[in-house]
Amino acid sequence: MGRLMRAPLHALPWLAAAAGYFLLPEQLPLLSSIAIAALFTVSLDLIVGYAGVVTLGQAAFFGAGAYTAGLLAQNGWGEPLSGLLAAAAVAAVLGLVTAPLVLRSGALAGLMVTLGLGLMLYEAANKAAAITGGADGLQGVEVWPVLGVFRFDLYGQTAYLYSLAVLFVLFWLAKLIVASPYGLSLRGINGNPRRAPALGVPVKARLTAAYALAAAYAGVAGALLAQTTAFVSLDALSFQRSADGLLMLVLGGLGSLYGALIGAAAFTLAHHALSEASPIFWQLWLGIALIALALFGRGGLMGLLRKLSRSRGA
Amino acid sequence: MAAAVTVLLDGIASGMLLFVLSVGLSVTLGLMNVVNLAHGAFGMVGGYVCAVLLNRAGVPFVVCLLAATLAAALLGWVLERLLYVRLYGRDHLDQVLFSIGLVFVLGACADWLMGARQQLIQLPEWLSGRVEIAGVGLGRYRIFLILLCGAVAAGLHFGLVRTRFGARLRAAVDDGTVARGMGLPVGRIFSLTFALGSGLAGLGGALGVEVLGLDPNFPLKYLVYFLVVVAVGGANSVAGPFVAAILLGVLDVAGKYWVPQVGAFVIYTAMVALLLLRPDGLLAKARS
Repeated sequence: MGRLMRAPLHALPWLAAAAGYFLLPEQLPLLSSIAIAALFTVSLDLIVGYAGVVTLGQAAFFGAGAYTAGLLAQNGWGEPLSGLLAAAAVAAVLGLVTAPLVLRSGALAGLMVTLGLGLMLYEAANKAAAITGGADGLQGVEVWPVLGVFRFDLYGQTAYLYSLAVLFVLFWLAKLIVASPYGLSLRGINGNPRRAPALGVPVKARLTAAYALAAAYAGVAGALLAQTTAFVSLDALSFQRSADGLLMLVLGGLGSLYGALIGAAAFTLAHHALSEASPIFWQLWLGIALIALALFGRGGLMGLLRKLSRSRGA
Repeated sequence: MAAAVTVLLDGIASGMLLFVLSVGLSVTLGLMNVVNLAHGAFGMVGGYVCAVLLNRAGVPFVVCLLAATLAAALLGWVLERLLYVRLYGRDHLDQVLFSIGLVFVLGACADWLMGARQQLIQLPEWLSGRVEIAGVGLGRYRIFLILLCGAVAAGLHFGLVRTRFGARLRAAVDDGTVARGMGLPVGRIFSLTFALGSGLAGLGGALGVEVLGLDPNFPLKYLVYFLVVVAVGGANSVAGPFVAAILLGVLDVAGKYWVPQVGAFVIYTAMVALLLLRPDGLLAKARS
């Protein structure tokens, strides 16, 4: 298929998202959670899919962003957009500080460092109950209207449109970044880590920047969750969230950004449908899907779509 | 003073238990380079086998331990042959996903069959209660743990260093290609080792029902502890993980006893710090 023929495809996820607003007015909180999960998965795609650094602790940044925005709003600064910026900044700084620790040792040790750092942050938030509310969660988050006009309503209309708009902007920004020379150098490092330095690519610096960028994205996703639900719980920092994010990414397909959108939507909808029947069921099917994906299907849903379109085009 | 000795011995006992639970992981992760986050699931399976046999069938405790070991080893062997073998040499993301998936599936099965509640077992008469030695009260079960796990560790060390199988395993891990070229059945050596490690995890899980508790969350709850043992202990010997496990056990028990408000934070911090300072393990020689 030619470039021109593909152009409408780029609009497809956004048309579907807009249609959801009109067709499913009862389900807007679910749709918001899809948008937030999608942004979190985009952050993982940047670091795992493009830069090739596997992490088990991305929830640390999600949680850091969530608590930043939540604490700001709790303490009298409920302006949402500046809250997002603050969350992004805090998460990015945290990413910059921890990146050398993660990238310093080999892949395996680095993986375990991400896990350890994530757990440390969770435990710290758990113990600092005076600030974070501990296991009870952060109460009394009051968010002001978006742009001073749109109040957060009971039906979640503002929450959904706000989350979707942020996702839209950051998604296209990520598209621009991965298509830039910087993004290409990340792919080069991922493709052949020994050759990249020989070509003069400063590997450590590029990966550190990618790690911090992904952290900032995750921080914004966390802040969105805090602002739209007016609540932050320890769940935001949990290992489960890091693992879920990886699953969404792999389910959708690595390294295309669209895979992140599809994976997050499929995962969240399946979770919603199956865990309503029974949580055990959900866990079982999730596990089976993961094993199958790991053994056979690296492309995920995006890979499947590509195969379909190729066989039709031929 | 007496409290300190009790804490120390309790710590050593839980460290020994931790060693038996995680030594298999130090082989798969450390030697075979497979990120197996599902290792704790074998411990969970062993724990359930033990609890069911003991509570519902009234089988003697020692026989239950044996059955738990065998069941976990068998499961490990089957899964290695069918699934894990496809993941050797694949990238870490695949291994992470696969093993998390396995944890979910086994956890869901356990939840479905046994329910989400904590399993309780009744220890036999000769293992319950305390004995007084030189004015210090010691749980009989802790002494049993120390003796049994110590014997396992000694057996493993001897097996790895002195036996033919140990020599073959070391050769297969050092350089699989050369070992294969010399006619060693590398695949079979790996399956047997995997089964042994899983069986030991099953034994640890069965022994741990009384100490660590047992519910479908077990594999993820203690995952970090297993990883710390491997990361800190290194993978080139039995002694490394052994020392690491005991240190961890003592630190953990002492921390919970004296500074409960800090909780698990100490363990995580120690893990990250050690990973950064000694990426190859505590006892590893400085890299040349």
